Amino acid sequence: MSEKITLKINNIDVTVSAGATVLDAARKLKIKIPTLCNHPDICVAGNCRVCVVEQKDSGALPAACATPAAEGMEIHTNTRRVREARKAVISLLLSEHNNDCLRCYKNGNCELQELATEYTVEADRYISILKDYGVDKSSPSIQKDDSKCVRCQRCVRTCANLQDVSALWISGKGRKNKISTFMDKTIDYVVCTNCGQCVNRCPTGALTEKNYIEEVWGAIDDPSKHVVVQTAPAVRVALGEVLGCETGSRVTGKMVTVLKRLGFDRVFDTNFTADLTIIEEGHELLRRLSEKLRDGKDVPLPQFTSCSPGWIKYAEHVFPEILDYLSTCKSPQQMFGALAKTYYAEKAGIDPADMVVVSVMPCTAKKFEAARPEMNSSGFRDVDCVITTRELGHMIKQSGIDFNNLEESLCDSLLGAHTGAAVIFGATGGVMEAALRTAYEVVTGRAVPFENLNIIPVRGMNGVREASVKIEGCLSKWKFLEGAELKLAIAHGLVNARKLAKQVAEGRSPYHFIEIMACPGGCLGGGGQPIPTNMDIRMKRMDAIYSEDESLEFRKSHDNPEVIRIYEDFLKEPLGKRSHKLLHTRYTERGRYRTLNR
Amino acid sequence: MDSSTRERRIAEHKKRVNLIFKKCVWDDFLDRALEMSPEDMLEKVKESGLRGRGGAGFPTWLKWKFAREAEADEKYVICNADEGEPGTFKDRAILQEQAGKVLPGMLVCAKVIGAEKGFIYLRGEYAYLLPALSQEVENFNEKIREKGERFSIEIKLGSGAYVCGEETALIESLEGNRGEPRNKPPFPVSEGYLGKPTVVHNVETLVYASIIISEGPECFKSLGTSDSAGAKVFCISGDTDLDEGIYELEMGMTIKEFVELFSDGDIKAVQVGGASGHCVPRKKFADTIIGFEGVPTGGSMVLFNSSRSMYNVLHNYLEFFEEESCGQCTPCRIGCQQLLKGIEAVKSGEKPSEYLDDLVKLAGMMKISAKCGLGQSAANPFISIVEHFREEIMY
Amino acid sequence: MSPEDLISRSAEKHGRERKNLIPILQDIVRENSYLSEEAMVSVARELDISPAEVYGVATFYSFLDTKPLGKNIIRICKTIICYMHGQDEVIRAIEDRLKIKLGETTPDGEFSFLPTNCIGHCHKGPAMLINDRVYSSLTPETAVRAVEEYI
Ligand SMILES: Cc1cc2nc3c(=O)[nH]c(=O)nc-3n(C[C@H](O)[C@H](O)[C@H](O)COP(=O)(O)O)c2cc1C
Ligand code: SF4
Ligand code: SF4
Ligand code: SF4
Ligand code: SF4
Ligand code: FES
Ligand code: FES
Repeated sequence: MSEKITLKINNIDVTVSAGATVLDAARKLKIKIPTLCNHPDICVAGNCRVCVVEQKDSGALPAACATPAAEGMEIHTNTRRVREARKAVISLLLSEHNNDCLRCYKNGNCELQELATEYTVEADRYISILKDYGVDKSSPSIQKDDSKCVRCQRCVRTCANLQDVSALWISGKGRKNKISTFMDKTIDYVVCTNCGQCVNRCPTGALTEKNYIEEVWGAIDDPSKHVVVQTAPAVRVALGEVLGCETGSRVTGKMVTVLKRLGFDRVFDTNFTADLTIIEEGHELLRRLSEKLRDGKDVPLPQFTSCSPGWIKYAEHVFPEILDYLSTCKSPQQMFGALAKTYYAEKAGIDPADMVVVSVMPCTAKKFEAARPEMNSSGFRDVDCVITTRELGHMIKQSGIDFNNLEESLCDSLLGAHTGAAVIFGATGGVMEAALRTAYEVVTGRAVPFENLNIIPVRGMNGVREASVKIEGCLSKWKFLEGAELKLAIAHGLVNARKLAKQVAEGRSPYHFIEIMACPGGCLGGGGQPIPTNMDIRMKRMDAIYSEDESLEFRKSHDNPEVIRIYEDFLKEPLGKRSHKLLHTRYTERGRYRTLNR
Repeated sequence: MDSSTRERRIAEHKKRVNLIFKKCVWDDFLDRALEMSPEDMLEKVKESGLRGRGGAGFPTWLKWKFAREAEADEKYVICNADEGEPGTFKDRAILQEQAGKVLPGMLVCAKVIGAEKGFIYLRGEYAYLLPALSQEVENFNEKIREKGERFSIEIKLGSGAYVCGEETALIESLEGNRGEPRNKPPFPVSEGYLGKPTVVHNVETLVYASIIISEGPECFKSLGTSDSAGAKVFCISGDTDLDEGIYELEMGMTIKEFVELFSDGDIKAVQVGGASGHCVPRKKFADTIIGFEGVPTGGSMVLFNSSRSMYNVLHNYLEFFEEESCGQCTPCRIGCQQLLKGIEAVKSGEKPSEYLDDLVKLAGMMKISAKCGLGQSAANPFISIVEHFREEIMY
Repeated sequence: MSPEDLISRSAEKHGRERKNLIPILQDIVRENSYLSEEAMVSVARELDISPAEVYGVATFYSFLDTKPLGKNIIRICKTIICYMHGQDEVIRAIEDRLKIKLGETTPDGEFSFLPTNCIGHCHKGPAMLINDRVYSSLTPETAVRAVEEYI
């Protein structure tokens, strides 16, 4: 039991554990203290000073977020001095700000705006000291507008603490203090994974996704285009948040309906290619294992998953020496694009030149992925346009459709059927679990030995998780695996990924298969997900994902009828020639300290 | 006062107070100090009433006690020689003339708290002191090693950032980071350099500590007042006709006495404690005591005669702060820019003179809500100059 | 010595831990007067940290310039006390002698003339630093003579 501390906030006693801050204590009493630089996912900064409170016997106003609760402390959160100080802080921030709310992408979802409204602050109380900054639009994924930055440094701490990239840092001092990339170069020049975690934590419009809403409307409006849309598994458990549903609501059916109503010609599902990924990636793993264990060949093992484009770009920058260890499978998004413009185009009799593939992703890195030059195996750019969960939310609001009262519907067929195994791709550990459900069965002819197919050991929110599965009763083809203990590891958040990747780079990794997701919590915590995202919210989205899995008829990728059909009709066999062309890719070394060959 | 009387009075002061710059042999001292128990040393420093000379004036013995009681495998002593406060140059003088007394001060502090490593953080502007000081440190390290001590000192050079004088910013800088002050608590005495208990002291504090240990607390305690025991080194500049600049004086003088000694009389204001200190106008000279009970100072005393524009003075200080603020916290980063822009706007007529009242309120807010001493004290010159010289700011 | 060598030698000397970043940057500035893009990338590589971090740290410190500077750096105190003692004329005299404005570098790359905050010689103002050396009690004439020592 940790030590307990009792203090008074607004004359009410509250007891917290040692280490708790005044802010934590106030929250326990449901007393709201405004914050700006504070974010529960990252370390405390205590620099915005919006959260100041009054402390008895102290002339100064301490910052609640950065002040440890102490025995006998007496705090007041709503005195005249406190209100005035907060108001002054907010006014100061506005004097440095461009205050262009009406034209701002974050209008309505901006913590600064909310504070200004709450404290009825006039924007011109002080003289404007806004400096002249350009907007950095160089990245296909994220956009940086320093004129809207409040220097809370949440982005810096996110990129360093959670992602181990440190693409952004604070530069200059005093009035020159700002958030910078290396030498204020454009984002596409520096080492950035496009994960969008900084965007997700930026309280203002300073860091946003590059939005492609108009491009999508444009395609829908163009009668000569056949527009198909795919949605990633994690979108359906978060989209509701931007449309007034409770956190953790599953809105799959309504989402399909709304997409149809928005005017997409076909509504498909990335889950379909997630199932396909499992088949391809599972066979790739089994091939590597057999080459190593049966043939004694020197093949790269462990195999890393490759569906997280933030992770891929990170590896290409930081761990070029392990690129051979990455599965060559494209991410489900890209598999989808390639198949839409080949398999589906052929079946539906549509000229792929007239087709537009849109994807709705929880992720900003997918925007970059879709723009990679090698992602054109259909002969066209495979995925034309990537929007995030948030952007889809905007489109739905713009359309005026009453989302919450929509009937539910199912995806269109051919690229729409999916299993529970695909749904769990959205949570950290999900790809691992889905792969095991299939691979184990391929090798043994039996279902994985876990109750109700739920492989609990690989689930959860610990940054790095390990598991092992003993393979027993192999089919004759896989006899060399008999009794083998498959060692597995999972990491989410790049700071955790680094640990596993480093082991591999140094040749001391004990594992066979490693799942990496760039974002904390996996895709459900992706950079393109609704803001705010934090541990509480991630947990709720995760519960929704697993309950969606359990609600589905098929729970194993190889049971997906449309997957079975595409192999029969088109791909023929896993890792076959067509798969190789359409579903697999290669990786490029990009430079550890700045982008090579740009 | 005529100049010969002033000279005589100053000479008297110098005779009565001569601790820091007195010549002496330190070998004996080291032997004596090393025989003493840490408890005894702590007791002596406590008895002396010594408070930090870096500005904040925290009781030295208490800092030592906290660090001593903190449990850790490593502890550190840091000598803060970042002296960046405009108008302050005493630490430079002490390091140039009496480095031999600074280093033993670090050693006794280390003995009391249980540290084996000390750093001198020397401001980049003083890089020219490095050759002599390094030599001195090397000799000292050698000498105490011979005496069986494990303590050693290393010099680290700053790179031109005033805020690095703030102790937690200094520690950040030593760790290779931007000198951004940390949240306190935890204080450095419990979590400092590399997260270990660390005592940071001003150069002058360390010298007094060694004097107190070697000669007993009485020589120190007998000087000064009850709140402000002892003496202090002052840096006198501006409109003074004396160019010596450095004087060790007893604490507790009034500004009136001070001005009479160090100027020809035509002084309209004294800035006590550098840019972050208070501006005292002539009408308050008589009842303002220099010391913790009145206006505290890290040593800087700048005299302004009647020809000086206090607008220029304030403008210059505010330019200093808007540049030297680390920039991390809102009240200070933006507040300093607003104060500067604000007086410019009032001067040019863009803003009405009542805007000064808004700015004084803003300064008051900075004082209570900024994250560190820089932003808190940037308000001092603003509030005091605007209060006493409002017309000069307006017209 | 090539910049790369200089940096790896310096990293070797101080150690490749994060805490030694500033001494390494100081070594580079001592040799080359400023931190170039290449130099910062090399330091990032030596310490295995992000170059943005190197840049962020460098731009915090006035003496770690990230823009090219002259071989000799004159830093003249711009704080009020020196100014009260005639800093203006001293600045003008140096500007005239070097034919550049305060804040600029001579076209031949020999001198940069920069303002700095109080350098601790206030009682002997006006004061300035040329490289590491202090010049105090300046008059326009002595200041120009001091600068000429470096021509
Ligand atoms: C902005 C700022 C600058 C400071 N600069 C110095 C300095 O140059 N030298 C110094 O000794 N203390 C300076 N201090 C005070 C230190 O934070 C710290 O209190 C002091 O070094 C403690 O030493 P002492 O106990 O001997 O006074 C500064 C404080 C602030 C807020
Ligand atoms: S960032 Fe927020 S406050 Fe700023 S313009 Fe956008 S909506 Fe308005
Ligand atoms: S997108 Fe990711 S890697 Fe890039 S700056 Fe943001 S947090 Fe860092
Ligand atoms: S970019 Fe956003 S997160 Fe980063 S400091 Fe600015 S406002 Fe904060
Ligand atoms: S008060 Fe100023 S110097 Fe101190 S932390 Fe805030 S911005 Fe930095
Ligand atoms: S939220 Fe506490 S200082 Fe920013
Ligand atoms: S004011 Fe110029 S050296 Fe101090």
